[in-house]
Amino acid sequence: MRHLLGTEGLDPATALAILDTADGLKRTLLGREVKKLPTLRGRTVITCFYEDSTRTRVSFEIAGKWMSADVVNVSAGSSSAKKGESLRDTALTLAAAGADCVVVRHPASGAAHRVASWLSHTNTSVVNAGDGTHEHPTQALLDMATLRERLGGVEGRRIGIVGDVLHSRVARSNVHLLTSFGAEVVLVAPPTLLPTGVADWPVGAAGSLRISHYLDAELPTLDAVMMLRVQAERMHGGFFPSAREYSIAYGLSEARAAMLPEHAVVLHPGPMLRGMEISPAVADSGRSAITQQVANGVHVRMAVLYHLLAGEEDAA
Amino acid sequence: MSTVVIRGARPYGEDAVDIEVTDGVITGIGSDLEVGTDVEVVDATGLVALPGFVDLHTHLREPGREDTETIETGSRAAALGGYTAVFAMANTDPVADNAVVVEHVWRRGQEIGLVDVHPVGAVTVGLEGEKLAELGTMARSAARVRLFSDDGLCVADPLIMRRALEYTKALDAVIAQHAEEPRLTVGAQAHEGDLAARLGLAGWPAVAEEAIVARDCLLAKHVGARLHVCHVSTEGTADVLRWAKARGTRVSAEVTPHHLLLDDERLSTYDPVNKVNPPLRTAPDAKALRQALADGTVDCVATDHAPHASQDKDCEWSAARPGMLGLQTALSIVVATMVEPGLLDWRGVARVMSERPAEIAGLPDQGRPIAVGEPATITLVDPAARWTVRGAELASIAANTPYEGMELPGAVVATYLRGRLTARDGKATA
Amino acid sequence: MPPRPRGAPEPAERRELLSAGDVARTIARMAHQVIEKTSLGASGASPVVLLGIPTRGAPLATRLAARVADFSDIRVPVGALDVTLYRDDLRRKPTRPLGQTALPAGGIEDALVILVDDVLFSGRTIRAALDALRDVGRPRAVQLAVLVDRGHRELPIRADYVGKNVPTARTEEVHVLLTETDGRDAVLLNRAGERS
Repeated sequence: MRHLLGTEGLDPATALAILDTADGLKRTLLGREVKKLPTLRGRTVITCFYEDSTRTRVSFEIAGKWMSADVVNVSAGSSSAKKGESLRDTALTLAAAGADCVVVRHPASGAAHRVASWLSHTNTSVVNAGDGTHEHPTQALLDMATLRERLGGVEGRRIGIVGDVLHSRVARSNVHLLTSFGAEVVLVAPPTLLPTGVADWPVGAAGSLRISHYLDAELPTLDAVMMLRVQAERMHGGFFPSAREYSIAYGLSEARAAMLPEHAVVLHPGPMLRGMEISPAVADSGRSAITQQVANGVHVRMAVLYHLLAGEEDAA
Repeated sequence: MSTVVIRGARPYGEDAVDIEVTDGVITGIGSDLEVGTDVEVVDATGLVALPGFVDLHTHLREPGREDTETIETGSRAAALGGYTAVFAMANTDPVADNAVVVEHVWRRGQEIGLVDVHPVGAVTVGLEGEKLAELGTMARSAARVRLFSDDGLCVADPLIMRRALEYTKALDAVIAQHAEEPRLTVGAQAHEGDLAARLGLAGWPAVAEEAIVARDCLLAKHVGARLHVCHVSTEGTADVLRWAKARGTRVSAEVTPHHLLLDDERLSTYDPVNKVNPPLRTAPDAKALRQALADGTVDCVATDHAPHASQDKDCEWSAARPGMLGLQTALSIVVATMVEPGLLDWRGVARVMSERPAEIAGLPDQGRPIAVGEPATITLVDPAARWTVRGAELASIAANTPYEGMELPGAVVATYLRGRLTARDGKATA
Repeated sequence: MPPRPRGAPEPAERRELLSAGDVARTIARMAHQVIEKTSLGASGASPVVLLGIPTRGAPLATRLAARVADFSDIRVPVGALDVTLYRDDLRRKPTRPLGQTALPAGGIEDALVILVDDVLFSGRTIRAALDALRDVGRPRAVQLAVLVDRGHRELPIRADYVGKNVPTARTEEVHVLLTETDGRDAVLLNRAGERS
């Protein structure tokens, strides 16, 4: 694997290998006082974040450091980006400075793809850590790792993704990954927050995708429900009348959570708006896997770095 | 007195004839014309002769962005593309919303002399859509502006648009509308469809164009004014135009070569060379536009030639500027999309590339028949040629062609503006 | 017969170094050596832990422990220690999947750890295993048991228990087959000299 740019088109065998590696890393590090593996000694990972995201950046940084890579963090606030340097020049600079891997978070959809194409003549790998409203593949992989732990797998399982699907890269990456592993994905949102033609998207042949506008009707048959963040700017964008009305129709209250089957899992990519999309009691309940997701995030990102940096360089 | 005989050319793709040109005017047409000793003979065997092309929609970037195109380089590109008249859009810096700027553009075009450069005047001051620019002053200036447009931006306010349409009635001019309802295209990046949604690119819905075209057709009919619709991009717009024309609205419309050929499948690489406004639509839209151009619902082809610097294209999609080069590839795209499939013959090409745009813009000496007594403003086309597009080899300073590396049919061999050769075998001749 | 394309390997010539019976006898002999050398069961002797290195070292360790139990009535704890994350040659091969690490419940603190692997070659796997071991505990001493020592060491490492010494050419390959992983027991020498 040269880059990880998205889960759309990601070979399920590769995805499975990453998940198995993450699992192995988790077991390897379990109970250790010193969480440090020498695997990526001498390799350099540069995180380059053009959007604030403490949790994702920290997760990648810890993942790199636990694998003994040298991790350098560049944030748009402190880099030349504010001085008007183009993304292309920044990418070429980081590669020339010796980055073996560049982890990119950028507000423009497709930014990581562009960086990968500019670096095609180098050996630098690119990880998409979130590009606009397009994809966030490591989030989907860590969600998948969590669902494997909680449900034993997702094949034939029904998974609801609830909320602002339109602007969610987490939703897009999860749709592709979950369906490629045979899950039945239900997108639950008001019509204004669903992407054009989403019901006809090509998805993993093993799984299926459908849409619904009614959360209550879906809850009793879901094996897992993934609550998406509602960003503040959307609340004033006229996509729905008010936060209150959204919360009434699509928030995961305690009463709603009680409609889920006993075994069903609640996920949230964070950061959460408690009280808006999810009630505090549900977020902190036994069926919530939210902290488990964060822990798995580190192992999944270690696994991604391992698969990008610890094998032979691709002939391509 | 200078005389040239163009030997063996086929006017409108019909029977081969010799065309005698004296002092810029066609003075004889016939087979095996007798040629005096001091007469230059041009062998045009097998070439199609068409009236020089007229482009209602060109961005020459001067003044303001001379790093991407100048009136001189744009004129060269136009001549090489077979054009004898181009309309330079008003969204320059400073904006062409006053007589000073439009006269500068007009004079530069005349100095260079490769193509008649007609400045388009802005409809509103600074393209801001709020206050009418001095349309009458621009019309009465040396540039004699007859086409007004805020292109790049839509005259969205219905009252401003109504006033503009009404006011230009007295100027024998026409408003060319960039139809884009701005409230429906906030942050828009690509055609609102399955693919853009999957790629996370904010949608530019077809209805944002269609709603404005419908509104403007109703306004034009109401005030009895003429309206020209820029770069029609959707099947729905073609339907609206068909309906408006049927009820007697004085509306004309143009389509770009790229909307005839390309579709939104191009988005998947995120390469902004494919970013354009209005965006590339679906394959069924492109098909409907080809049909609309063939049946006259859409009157003509206009390039929307839009040079951009590499730093404004070789970047992330949302930061890239919309637009594509078009002047030197337009004919070949029309051949590929219209002539080869049998939708247009060469008479039809003459109509959509030359005659109708000249009529719409009110140019008396362009788009004229190839006949004795008419100006010798002629483009010679090799219908059998095939060539491969290389952005770096085009005459424009910028190189943002979406056809890079594509092999296209049909090539312009020579362009004559009032009897003067302006381009020949890929070289502009000033 | 069509000509062989240039660069293609000669047809593999495989020689059986150890039969299934030989493998069983060899492991039994190694078990006796372990009992003797570690003074297993003697008062004051350190507890012994066998750690197999995946893939084939892990079932070998289990078998060795079973033979030790047969001959001494002492059940030594068995575990597995994956060394993939400690290897220094990861970038020379396609990405390797991780193996299983499973330490015995009693851990390895102050134990005599015997690393068990199928083939000892360059010594780099054992070097990685020593690093991995350091991260999971502090044994009193570490020994090494291998079914086959084929020579060509690149590091100052030697085995304490060797089932069979096999002189080989560097280009040859030694394959240990075990019922648990390969369906039968055997040790084969691939003379072709090309990667199979």
